[in-house]
This record gives sequence, structure tokens and C-alpha cells, in this order.
Amino acid sequence: MMRIFIIACLLNILNISTAWPSDDLYPLDKMTPDLLNKASLQRGVKYFMQYCFGCHSMRFQRYQRVAKDLGIPDDLMISHLIFNEDKISDFMFNGMTPAMGKEWFGAAPPDLTLVARVRGTDWLYTYLRTFYYDPVTPWKSNNLVFPNAGMPDIFEPIKGRMIKVCQDPADQNTCSLQPDPKYPGIMLPDMFDQMIYDLVNFMAYSAEPIKLERQRIGVYVILFLCLLLILACLLKREYWKDIH
Amino acid sequence: MASKLLLWIDERFPLSKLFKEHLSEYYAPKNFNIWYIFGVLSLVILVNQLLTGLWLTMSYQPSAEEAFASVEYIMRDVHLGWLIRYLHSTGASAFFIVIYLHMFRGILYGSYQKPRELVWLFGMAIYLCLMAEGFMGYLLPWGQMSYWGAQVIISLFGAIPWIGEALQEWIRGDYLISGITLNRFFALHVIALPIALLGLVVLHIIALHEVGSNNPDGIEIKDNKDNKGIPLDGIPFHPYYTVKDLVGVVIFLIVFCAVIFFFPEMGGYFLEHANFEQADNLKTPEHIAPVWYFSPFYAMLRAVPDKLGGIIIMGSALGFLFVLPWLDRSIVRSIRYKGVFSKIAITVFAISFIALAYLGTQAVTESNTLYSRAFTILYFAFFLFMPFYTRYEKTNLPPKRVT
Amino acid sequence: MEKDGVNQERRRFLIATTSIAGAVGLAGAAIPFIKSWTPSEKAKAAGASVKVNIQTLEAGQQIIVEWRGRPIFLLRRTPEMLSNLKKNIYNILDPESKKSVQPNNCKNTFRSINDDLLVITGICTHLGCSPKYLPEIKPMPFDSKWQGGYHCPCHGSMFDLAGRVYKGVPAPTNLDVPPYYFENNDVIVIGQANEGLS
Repeated sequence: MMRIFIIACLLNILNISTAWPSDDLYPLDKMTPDLLNKASLQRGVKYFMQYCFGCHSMRFQRYQRVAKDLGIPDDLMISHLIFNEDKISDFMFNGMTPAMGKEWFGAAPPDLTLVARVRGTDWLYTYLRTFYYDPVTPWKSNNLVFPNAGMPDIFEPIKGRMIKVCQDPADQNTCSLQPDPKYPGIMLPDMFDQMIYDLVNFMAYSAEPIKLERQRIGVYVILFLCLLLILACLLKREYWKDIH
Repeated sequence: MASKLLLWIDERFPLSKLFKEHLSEYYAPKNFNIWYIFGVLSLVILVNQLLTGLWLTMSYQPSAEEAFASVEYIMRDVHLGWLIRYLHSTGASAFFIVIYLHMFRGILYGSYQKPRELVWLFGMAIYLCLMAEGFMGYLLPWGQMSYWGAQVIISLFGAIPWIGEALQEWIRGDYLISGITLNRFFALHVIALPIALLGLVVLHIIALHEVGSNNPDGIEIKDNKDNKGIPLDGIPFHPYYTVKDLVGVVIFLIVFCAVIFFFPEMGGYFLEHANFEQADNLKTPEHIAPVWYFSPFYAMLRAVPDKLGGIIIMGSALGFLFVLPWLDRSIVRSIRYKGVFSKIAITVFAISFIALAYLGTQAVTESNTLYSRAFTILYFAFFLFMPFYTRYEKTNLPPKRVT
Repeated sequence: MEKDGVNQERRRFLIATTSIAGAVGLAGAAIPFIKSWTPSEKAKAAGASVKVNIQTLEAGQQIIVEWRGRPIFLLRRTPEMLSNLKKNIYNILDPESKKSVQPNNCKNTFRSINDDLLVITGICTHLGCSPKYLPEIKPMPFDSKWQGGYHCPCHGSMFDLAGRVYKGVPAPTNLDVPPYYFENNDVIVIGQANEGLS
């Protein structure tokens, strides 16, 4: 009983996202990835291929692995989610090398396979939801979490144009985003939040696809070691009866 | 049959003799407490590191172009490669935890005192070797923290007057840390240092078994022997300590596996977040922190407002540990019978070390620097005043037999 | 079995159970080390099935393609070759391909799905050399009554044009037939038995 309780506690702690060392001052919204939610992950990979894959690759992740782990049949994966001539066993690579990216965009769009392990899911979830209209930047957009981000606000047609409103212009933390009624999006804020949740959930999966399997094996390993511990304790007690 | 085979071997190789000398007739004090498990645990981890390390080299590519991708190849494409990699990365941190506790045990019970000075010195050499091993191994994943951590540590050598610049270039083999550096670090990490480490471990154990183990009371069990010449307070290492250590090993494995299977990053201390991004020689991460096991010394380095001075402080922080056997002038070994000053000093030392370890992982702020300076002074005070407080303080009389 | 109040029986039992549990643990710990040597996903991706267009393959012509790093022989057999194969069955070691490796739909006289097209792994079943394609019916230094087939240069094993091994040579079985299927009349997929199965 106690053992199960401890394991439950361990698993519980896991779900509380770790505090990431970050020098960003903007307060991050919490998001807890749910790797068991296959529907969310499937939507996530769809959004990834639709919105991110044009510029960002997942150079260490294979289509086939995603299909298998997320329960997507191979033929559906090939017909709906592989946009180029790639085979299903290939990496999710859009063909843009870092050198090409640098030439085209000034800075190469980072690979997103491991981004959830670098930045943390809270950061990604907040970052992707805090783009706003900013006429002075080259992309006409800016971001609250990552000021002067190199990435344009690709979601503007979806969530609508946002404008930054600050109570105290000197303090970024007092700023919030208001929708610009002249440029509405096609999604309600809740729907958009869910979309970004799914996308970040997928990135959390892809950063460590083995996570669920790892935890599953871990439970058995620890249960076995507990059994071994009992035997070792009995053996030790038996021998140490000799020592006075 | 088995006994005939044993006889055949014994006539050609001292198998039974070695077994008796080091296990079944090696008499260890019967009053070992929990502090005495860490030596065995470090052996367990050493075996783990050697095996998993060997297996990692089978899939790892030591080149600037391939290293990062090959680690992800191990994590994703090699069957159970992730487990082998986590065993190795967690093992590295576990090694240092266990070694630090093992060393602290030695300080607590005066295990470095006469006649165990060489045991201590071999142990310190192992520790240095391990630091080099950890440092070079950390470059291999070729992540941002690997790269910039190595950059900082190699730059330390630049502070050495006259030869600093040239020395740095010689270590890197290039004008910056590059694939050339990676290649030589890989060679040292997988061949040279492990061989040195194994040799030193053998020396450490031979020296220990020559003089016999110390114990929490710090008294010599060889002073009280029965008529067969066996110490009255000694018990054969095998089977008594083998079965006892087995319990400790299994408990350790439970904790170790819990980390591997449930917290392999350990909140960014065992695997740092920035290291999941490939090394980029043009972009420093916002906050460089060394892996936790170097952080006490890193905090000292940052506390000193002078480049060369900082390195001298770092070096002497290690150097003082080497000469510990000659700083302690006490007539007793164990903290149990040392005076109140020793007890305070050792507590302050432990707190300073942990505090410095914490501060070393934090970003530089004015208050952090102040704290680092204070704890650095306390750390050194422990060593500098040791010849005086150990000599002049009032000690208690240790018992004749172990308790 | 009491000696000095020591329960030897219990000790022996505890040692045995702990040793067994420890051995099980060690065996478990060996799993990652053993499993990591099996072909990785990268190797599997590189060894995925290959498509070959055989439209231009003429009768009597052989091409070699690579699958999983091995040579795969694709031979379009002439009607004479096929009729010869039917005649020469007396000195064939395993004419029914009972002991040989091939997909079930190739377990026939010609060892192929379509009679004319031979698809065969060009690796001798003796010690792994690649046999030579020698289709002409003429006396050879190694066999004065050579009927055309494959001859292994390493240890002289001989196979006919269906990859069936002759009697009296070192190779124990016929040449392997890899799994394959026809995507259409002109395109063959090697390395996969049926469409949709991977």
C-alpha cells in the first residue's frame, strides 16, 4: 500500500511542471502536458505540420515514430501529414538547412524536436499566445515573453490582431493584450488556447517520446528492487545474529 | 569437482589467498554505520559508468557535426538507448554525490590520519580524476551548456601568467572549442581517464587493506586482538559486510532507478535544459551554470574579483583537501571525541560547501556574490585554523573498545 | 543442522532466494545492453523496402538491386530457361524448397510469383559470397555439363536459374527469396510481402 502511495506521489510530482531557470520577467501561464491524451497530440501534430513545418523541422523525430506513438495509421500519416516526397521512415525535416535559414531569415528558425526541453512547456504555451501587432518591427509583430522575437505572428488570421495595452509603459508585467475589433480572427480565444495547448503538448511529446514507456518500466523495476530489498534485509538480519 | 578446480587454480594463481586477504579474512570493525556504505556504492557506480559508457561509444559519433545528433539517435533510434544514456548521465551525478559523502565520512571520523594518509591521497587523486572525467564527458553531448561550460573552464587556464594564452590554445587544439577539442576530450574520457581511475581505485583499496579500516570511534581495532591474532572488534568482511552492503546497494539502486525512470533531468541539475540545444559558438546561453558537482568551486571562482586570484582560490580549495592529514593535529581521530571547536568547524565547513554549491548554480547578483565571499572565507577557515583548534581544544577520551 | 545456535537451514534458504532474485535482476539489467545491439530505427529505415521498375528488363537479362545492403538478383527468364528448369530436377538437392527460405507464394518449381521473373538474394547460403550469373549452357571448368545458373566463386557452390542448389556442393540450401510483391505490371516492391504490411 505504502509503495503504491509513494509511486503515486512520484508520478504526481512529475505532472507538476518543473520550474525552469529563466531570466524572462514576464509571468508564464501554466500548462501541464498530457501525453495520454492521444486526441490532443494528434491535433497537435496536425497543427505542427500546418503552421510550423514551413520554417521549423523536427530533425530527430521520424514520421513513423509519431504515427506509431500517437496511434495514427501509416497510410493516413502519409496522405495527410507528409507534405513532401519523404518516406514515412524519414525524419520530419523540411529541407531547410541552418545555413539556408540564416540566409533567408537572418537567423535560422530553430529545430523544434527538443524545444520543450530547452524552454519548458509553460514558456512555449505563453510565448505562442502573446504575439501582438507592432508596426515598428520588420514583421509587424512582437511578443510579450520574447521581445523582438525573430518569428512573425503567424496565428494572426486565427486569433485576430492583438494590441498591447500597458498600465505602466515602463513595466512589461502590467501589459496585457486586447483584440483589435477591426481585424477579428476565425477562432474564439478558448478555441485558440486549446489549439496552442495541443501544439505544445505535441512538442512536449516529441522532446522525449519515450517518457510514458520510461515511467511504465520504472514502476516494475522499482517494485522488483523492493522485493530484492526485503530478501537482502532478511539475509543481513540472519547473519548479523552472530555479532554481539 | 569444484574444489578440485579451485585447487588446480590455487596452485597457479593465488585465488583463495586473495579471497581470504580481501574478503573472508579481512577484518573490518563491527561498528560501521551508514556512512560506511558510500565506498561500496562508488564501486557500483564505477561499474555502471564503465558498462554504460562502453555501450554509448558504440552509437556515439565524436565529431562537431554528428555528436549532438548521435546523442538523439541514442535517445530515439537505438533500442533502449535512452535507458543506457540516462544510466550514464544520472550515474555521473550519483558518482559525485556518493564521493562527496564518502569524503565527508573520512573528515568526520579522521580516516585520513596516520597511518591512512596514503589511502586519503589516493582517494583525492581519484576525486581529481573524476572531476576531469566529468568535465570532459560533459562536452561530448555537444549541447550549448557542454560548449560554454567547457569554454569557461578552459579559459581558466588563460589566467596563468606568461603561458596562459598558449596553454588554452594547446588544450583546444584550435582557436575556439571545435571538433578537434571534442575528439581529444572523447579519447581522454573513454580511454585515458578510465584507465587511470581503475588503477587508482586498486591502489586505494590495497592501501586501505594494508592498514585496515577506520571506524566511527576512530580507535585502532588491531590494538585488541584475541590469541589467534584476530581483532576482538573485527568481523570478517565476507559474509557480514557483504550481506550488509547488499542492503545498502539495493536501497541505493531504488533511489537511483527512481531518478532514472522518473526524474532523469532532476529539475535541470543532472541534465541542464540548455544542453538540449546544439552548441553554437556565436550564441552564449543567458545563464551559464556548471553541472552541480563543480558549482562550489565555481562559486569561489566568481567570488574573487580577480581572474588569477579566482583560479588560485579554486586550486587551493582542492589543495587544502590534499594536505588535510597534516593539518589535523588532534590526538583523537573521530569527531565523537574531538572538542567543541572541531565540531563547530566541521559543521560550518559542511554548510559552506553546500551553500557554495547552491550559489554556484545561481545567477550572479550582488547579494549572491557577497554570500559566496562569506562562505568561501568560512570554507578556508576550516583548513587554515585546523592546526590550532585541533591541537589546543579539549578532547574526550575515546573508549578502549568500539561502541 | 544447528551449530552455535545458527539456523543453517534458514541461511541456506535465504542465500538461495537472494541469489536467484539477484540473478534475475542482473538478467534484467542486461536487457538494455543486449537489445541496443539489435538494428536501430535508423538501420530499419535504411533497410526499408525498395521499388524497382522492371519494364525494360529483357528476357535473359539480370539486374542487381540493393536491399538491406545485400545484392538482390532480378532475372527475366526465357521460356527455354524455364523448360530446362523443369527437366533438371534429378541432381537438385532440395527441389521442393522444403529446407530453403522463401515466401510461401514462391515455394514452387520456379521459386517465383510470376514464372518468368526470378527475384533472389544473391548471397550464397554457404558462407555469404555472392554467386556469379552464368546463363550459357556450355562446359565449364567446374562442371562439364553446365546447364546455366549461378556459381559461387568462393567455394564452388552451384545453383540453377531458380536458385536451387545442386547436390554435392558445400551450400546447404537454395538461395533465399526475399519477400516482394508487384505494385503493378512494371513495378516490383522488394522487402515487403504485401501492400499495407510493413
